[in-house]
Amino acid sequence: MNSHATVMNNQQVPAVGQPYTRNDAACHDLSIRVRDLNLWYGKNQALMNLNIDLFQKNVTALIGPSGCGKSTFLRCLNRMNDLIPSVRTEGLVEIDGRDVNSAKMDEVALRRRVGMVFQKPNPFPKSIFENVAYAPRMHDLVSRKTEQEELVEKALRDAGLWNEVKDKLHEPGTSLSGGQQQRLCIARAIAVQPDVILMDEPTSALDPISTATIEDLMDKLKEKFTIVTVTHNMQQAARVADYTAFFHLGEIIEYNDTKVMFSTPAQKKTEDYISGRYG
Amino acid sequence: MQTNQLLLIFCGALLLLGLLAFFAGRSKASRLRSAGTAMFAQPDQYAWFTVLSTAGPAVLVSALGAFALLLMGADIPTLYLLAASLVVAAIGLMVSLNQVKPDFHARQAIERVIRMTLAGAALISIFTTFGILFSIISEALRFFQMHSFWEFITGTTWNPGASFLASAGRGDGSGAEFGSVPLFAGTFMITAIAMLVAVPIGLLSAIYMSEFAPRNVRTVAKPVLEVLAGIPTVVYGFFAAITVAPIIVNIAGFFGLDASYNNALAPGIVMGIMIIPFISSLSDDVINSVPDSMRQGSLALGMTKGETIRDVVVPAAMPGIISAALLGMSRAMGETMIVVMAAGMRPNLTANPLEDMTTVTVRIVAALTGDQEFESAETLSAFALGLVLFVVTLLLNLVSVLMIRRFREKYRVNNL
Amino acid sequence: MSNTFDEISQQLKRRHRKSARLKWITMGSLGLAGLFLVLFFADMLTKGLPAFQQAYIQTEISYTEEAATDGRRAFDEELLPLISRTVVRVIPMELRNNPDMIGTSKTQWVLATSGVDQYLKGHRHRLSEEEQAAIDARVEAGQVDLRFNSTFFGSGDSKIAENAGILSAVVGTVMTMIVTLAISFPIGVMTAVYLEEFAPDNRFTQIIEININNLAAIPSILFGLLGLAIFINFFGVPRSSPLAGGMTLALMTLPVIIISTRTALRSVPESIRHAGFGVGCSRWQVVRDHVLPLAMPGIMTGSIIGLAQAMGETAPLIIVGMVAFIPDVGASFTNAATVMPAQIFTWSGEPEQAFVEKTAGGILVLLTILISLNAFAVVLRKKFERRW
Repeated sequence: MNSHATVMNNQQVPAVGQPYTRNDAACHDLSIRVRDLNLWYGKNQALMNLNIDLFQKNVTALIGPSGCGKSTFLRCLNRMNDLIPSVRTEGLVEIDGRDVNSAKMDEVALRRRVGMVFQKPNPFPKSIFENVAYAPRMHDLVSRKTEQEELVEKALRDAGLWNEVKDKLHEPGTSLSGGQQQRLCIARAIAVQPDVILMDEPTSALDPISTATIEDLMDKLKEKFTIVTVTHNMQQAARVADYTAFFHLGEIIEYNDTKVMFSTPAQKKTEDYISGRYG
Repeated sequence: MQTNQLLLIFCGALLLLGLLAFFAGRSKASRLRSAGTAMFAQPDQYAWFTVLSTAGPAVLVSALGAFALLLMGADIPTLYLLAASLVVAAIGLMVSLNQVKPDFHARQAIERVIRMTLAGAALISIFTTFGILFSIISEALRFFQMHSFWEFITGTTWNPGASFLASAGRGDGSGAEFGSVPLFAGTFMITAIAMLVAVPIGLLSAIYMSEFAPRNVRTVAKPVLEVLAGIPTVVYGFFAAITVAPIIVNIAGFFGLDASYNNALAPGIVMGIMIIPFISSLSDDVINSVPDSMRQGSLALGMTKGETIRDVVVPAAMPGIISAALLGMSRAMGETMIVVMAAGMRPNLTANPLEDMTTVTVRIVAALTGDQEFESAETLSAFALGLVLFVVTLLLNLVSVLMIRRFREKYRVNNL
Repeated sequence: MSNTFDEISQQLKRRHRKSARLKWITMGSLGLAGLFLVLFFADMLTKGLPAFQQAYIQTEISYTEEAATDGRRAFDEELLPLISRTVVRVIPMELRNNPDMIGTSKTQWVLATSGVDQYLKGHRHRLSEEEQAAIDARVEAGQVDLRFNSTFFGSGDSKIAENAGILSAVVGTVMTMIVTLAISFPIGVMTAVYLEEFAPDNRFTQIIEININNLAAIPSILFGLLGLAIFINFFGVPRSSPLAGGMTLALMTLPVIIISTRTALRSVPESIRHAGFGVGCSRWQVVRDHVLPLAMPGIMTGSIIGLAQAMGETAPLIIVGMVAFIPDVGASFTNAATVMPAQIFTWSGEPEQAFVEKTAGGILVLLTILISLNAFAVVLRKKFERRW
């Protein structure tokens, strides 16, 4: 499928390099624009001609059967794929008017503005406090101790973890339960004050109650951040996402408002997947 | 020699008996089988069973006898002992041949014997440890009967010269002093220099190899570093004494300092070079087993690679790195040839690495290569020093094992 | 709300520089370690390679009547101080064995003293001006030359530098290694087989395991103390003999062989064992017929590496007296012998300048053997390496 997967027919997609314009009250600011994105692992093409626009302060869910390239695509957005030597990327990923893949783009700067939460919680082997305070301190966002404490409290509150950990901030982050660890990782990501937070199946390693907590959290966080989440769980996408993209074999089959997508999918493949024929 | 011939005859007789047992056992079993009886095992297995029960007890008896001969000083003539063993072998042959019956589990019997033999082999390593402990402790105790333990631990003068006179029948040996503090000071000084060389270079090389180096550099660099560990210590000792020490003396002289040709710096530096691969190899393994999710978590926050390594990877690998350093340290303390060849012989309590110093291992070698009586206090002092060395290295190793176990449990790595 | 890419990149410059600095520092460390290695080998080669050549003098040997009692009479008096004592010493014996040689003479290349040798190689020497002039003249005439040092490879130790060779030490090493392997290989493999294939996971097994790991880390000199106290003083094994040294080294090599054998056994997949049990083999039959053959390359590799380690070991051997002076090349397990590292150690203690290159030459021989052994082990592993 080669056509631009844009939401709503009346959406005017500006040409590459032009500023985004709000043309409809129902439409949101464009945050990330992807054009003709191809990606290869060695000789195997994993992403084929992706075109998609992701909107600011919304939750966009990427769904699809395993191996469809949704996680790979997510990792293109903050160039985490650079860490894999055999990966080759072509095409445009534009954030804030800049081509992410250009030689001039500093991937460290990019990752500061595009945070990420991983499938398995991966707190650093440091205290809870340090887990959150470390990155902002390195980025010179805070320096004095009191500033750090304020920031840590705010990030932990935003992540809904503050009440559970406020008395044990100096215990190791690994001492928390899985769900708490994942929220710590979210707190760690938002403490850097990014624009976008990428979430790679953030709840797949968690129990149902922790999952629900994190889903609620995503709903709150979208007030401040653009959230792109990969999920293998269609119900989750239906619950939390404003927009949903359906990936299949490295292509985006369908991209639409979540409600529209789940009630009246335009494509046969989407319908089959949503109704559980494969996946 | 009489005993040698006897031994030869004994072995020959035993071999003959064994062969006899094999064929007798097999033919009986085959006969039974061809007579149509269903048997629990193959004829060969019965044969081996008879061989085992012929030779096994006989060898055991003769070994026990020889041991008694040596250990208790029991006065059993070799001839009688060997004859008794042969009789035992003959009895074993009779009994086992009698055992060759259809309902006898020859295979299980053989496997029991094999299992016990293997377990016996495994016990030898335990015996070795006990042997070391026993030999060191018993001789050390004899030393401490002559000289006080307290003086040994706290004394600052090591001067065994007079005890040598005492064993030669002159003087009473009262002038000898065995204060080991200067020896341990020398050991610690040289070990510290070695660690100052090995830990930074080893750790940083490991970081380069596991975090920065392209794959082909890594595959070359690792075995090349291992070559450093394979060079015999006597070679390092020669290198330290002939090449490095004069260089250090020259450099010190350039700065107007007076350095001894037996300075502590040369053996320390060379020992450090020797230990680099121990530290780098283990650190490299440990850093490689730090889960990649840690690195990704840090990089995803907008950390540079250097910050990720410094603040996340290295702290996570710290228990393993400490473990590697402790292992290296234990090696440095027990290292002998480098210090024997390049460090001094003079016990010298000083903090100046340019002076000559001696170490525990140097004095052990010095005490045991002289021409003294084994009973002399100086010779026995080697065992007292060995005991302390054993205890210290054992503790270092144990702590190191505990650290690496902690690391392993934390990240559930199994290859360390 | 947040900064633009340009602002962030600006702030990042300093941090990127730091990161790059870490890369260069770590790379430099590895380079430094490599540099040590290069310097070390360069040093050993420059010091040791000259040992493979030795100064020879072409001279006329006149087998006169006087020479039969006093070897010195056979040579030109002027040359005599330059000719090795060992050459002079054997003349009377030679004549006694072949009396009909008396009265003849022949021109031959004979061994020069180490002084001539060192002078020709440009090392420190103690020759007088006249001697130097005499040598220079003969070098011009082609009568003094450096030739391949067959003595070094063909004879035993000697207090006369030009006559000292490494052969007795090589023979001693071979004998000692035979003893070491004969003891440690079977016991090591049996222990490993027991621990991997038979032992129940109980307290006893755990103690053995901890003990083996510990044994691997005990300083080698303490094994020497064990050898001295137990083997020599208690069991009466002859001091300085390959038997005593080999037994001591065997205990040291044991943990290396056990650990590598266990790794090799562990790498044989469980499915092979199950297949064996499935056709009704007993545990021992499975181990003997299936597991051990598959693990053998790994076991051999580990044993060779352990052997190479033992071959370079000196400290415990000094303690059990294997630093003996062995001029004759002979092979016996119970007589005094020396080994290569011990020979290197004794030579390094000789004050004469000529022994420095002998020491370095011995080191080159030892290193060549060790590196070949290790390379062989690596090749073995590569060749038989199997991915399951």
